[in-house]
Amino acid sequence: MHIVVCIKQVPDSAQIRVHPVTNTIMRQGVPAIVNPYDLFALEEALRLKDQYGARVTVLTMGPPMAEAALRKAISYGADDAVLVTDRAFAGSDTLATSCALASAITQIHKDMPIDLVFTGKQTIDGDTAQVGPGIAKRLNMQLLTYVTKVRSVDLEKHEVVVERRSEGGVQLLNTSTPSLITVLEGTNEMRFATMANMFRASRYPVKVWNREQAGIEDVATVGLKGSPTVVSKVFAPTPRAVKAEIIQCESNDPKDLSVTLLAKVFAKYPKLEKEITKIAV
Amino acid sequence: MSEAPAAKKPLGKKRIELDDRLKAYKGIWVFIEHERGKIHPVSLELLGEGRKLADNLGVELAGVVMGVPNETTRSFCNEAFFHGADLCYLMEDELLTDYRNEPFTKGLTDLVNKYQPEILLLGATTLGRDLAGSVATTLKTGLTADCTELNVDLEARSLLATRPTFGGSLLCTIQTLNYRPQMATVRPRVMPMPEKDASRTGRIVEDKLGMFEKDIITKVLEFIPDAMQDKPQLPFADIIVSGGRGMKKPENFKLIWDLAAVLGAEVGATRPVVQAGWVDLERQVGQSGKTVRPKLYIAVGISGAIQHRVGMDASDVIIAINSDANAPIFDFAHYGIVGNAMTILPALTEAFKAHLATARKAG
Repeated sequence: MHIVVCIKQVPDSAQIRVHPVTNTIMRQGVPAIVNPYDLFALEEALRLKDQYGARVTVLTMGPPMAEAALRKAISYGADDAVLVTDRAFAGSDTLATSCALASAITQIHKDMPIDLVFTGKQTIDGDTAQVGPGIAKRLNMQLLTYVTKVRSVDLEKHEVVVERRSEGGVQLLNTSTPSLITVLEGTNEMRFATMANMFRASRYPVKVWNREQAGIEDVATVGLKGSPTVVSKVFAPTPRAVKAEIIQCESNDPKDLSVTLLAKVFAKYPKLEKEITKIAV
Repeated sequence: MSEAPAAKKPLGKKRIELDDRLKAYKGIWVFIEHERGKIHPVSLELLGEGRKLADNLGVELAGVVMGVPNETTRSFCNEAFFHGADLCYLMEDELLTDYRNEPFTKGLTDLVNKYQPEILLLGATTLGRDLAGSVATTLKTGLTADCTELNVDLEARSLLATRPTFGGSLLCTIQTLNYRPQMATVRPRVMPMPEKDASRTGRIVEDKLGMFEKDIITKVLEFIPDAMQDKPQLPFADIIVSGGRGMKKPENFKLIWDLAAVLGAEVGATRPVVQAGWVDLERQVGQSGKTVRPKLYIAVGISGAIQHRVGMDASDVIIAINSDANAPIFDFAHYGIVGNAMTILPALTEAFKAHLATARKAG
């Protein structure tokens, strides 16, 4: 079995700070991590590898520094890693990104036929959840999103059975390979890297492909040119005309503050008082 | 001299003449999502928003209803009319019983190619995102996820889809200029529910899926419904008490639960608190969690990063408690108390209890 896991290097959003005066993001010194949602996809692939035996190739598109994300994946137990990087990819939206990744997957497939492609549910920076479905459609693969568990893989019959989260319940689905699976968070827990794999990761020669090597002939299908969406405006959210009325009282005692607050709120919003009285039991 | 300034102009200002092929795309569509005999509220919310866009552009608003052939499916067309649609595209087929990517993608893509809407809106639910991403790629058009605001640029006849940028301290407006349809998803509760007008009617345009079960590779073996809905229904709660990192310790969250119990409220939380495991993922409010619009939102120990703000901004009344007088939450809350949440919360709980008792006595 050959499994490709698509991952992305993202800035660690937990460590992003907003400049208090200019209200812009301070990116300096923010560490880059593997998109946390992708780790669930990688772990699910590694579990299949443990169970059935498989080759796991991790793939990412990004700047040269994204190689670090691939090495991290190798340290967890992935076998191969491909970085697709080219200035021609700059400004790609989700449609252009899915084009580049689908093309790279086709190249990887030529080396060794692929049975499954895994991605995370979405990234924490773009939050779109569009690239996975995009890749599946471009490669004409069956698409299984929000998968919580891969129940079984039958390599001879080319069948896979998964549990998929849908609105109001879980679907148990049977489909044929090759298929693309986006894995829901919380499905599993990433294993610890072993010493041997960490050692291997540090020495592993990551395959670095430019646009041509990734098999993309038409430059107009990637980057800004291949992106139907354009960002036309970036702006700060409008503050409310009036800031919060800060409740104060002479004693500054929590009890007095609370009573003052309720008196003020309900004086201004008498309807709210009635509704709360009805809801509260 | 040909010099740089032209290139520096924001892309949105560039005057783009649509080619004739794209000019043929007219009208606004909302995909009507339903499961187990009920319309997802987000579809009705989108009809309300779609109505405004359609009126601005001077075009019709259509609902797209796809499902198993029966009265219930047909009744969704009426629901769509009651909530603002002028017409509905109805596709009935046994193959559309459960949601599966393949038949729904084919059905919706075929409808778009045949009837050519200029804008197509879907709810950002598990179903909506799965379908929207597939349809947009198949049509090779632009799709903007999780919009918080929709508008139109009348001159360019272009959808202005606004969403938070990464890290979320800023918003960005995204346009799909020379591709049609322009697609966008919006999360539940982001847009207000439009008034229902049961006197409204519309016309139904029926179409066929044209697929056979043997063409569809993915099979639904079983559907396991969620155990009775004891899961928190945050998006529809009328009162929410939320806690953030300012609660300092997981044990302190009990104070949030205490106040919520007195008010009959749901408990919400910020992303850091959920990631730290203090509170269930289901209770996360914000861009990567739930969007809520309660009558009363009490934010305790929450600084008010835009990630959180976009999820609760539409609350009728926001009360914030924070020890930092300069926290951004005070920029958009209606009332604030600056102080230690651990001493203020119990006092506030008592005050509410007393107030409610008096109010009830007064009848």
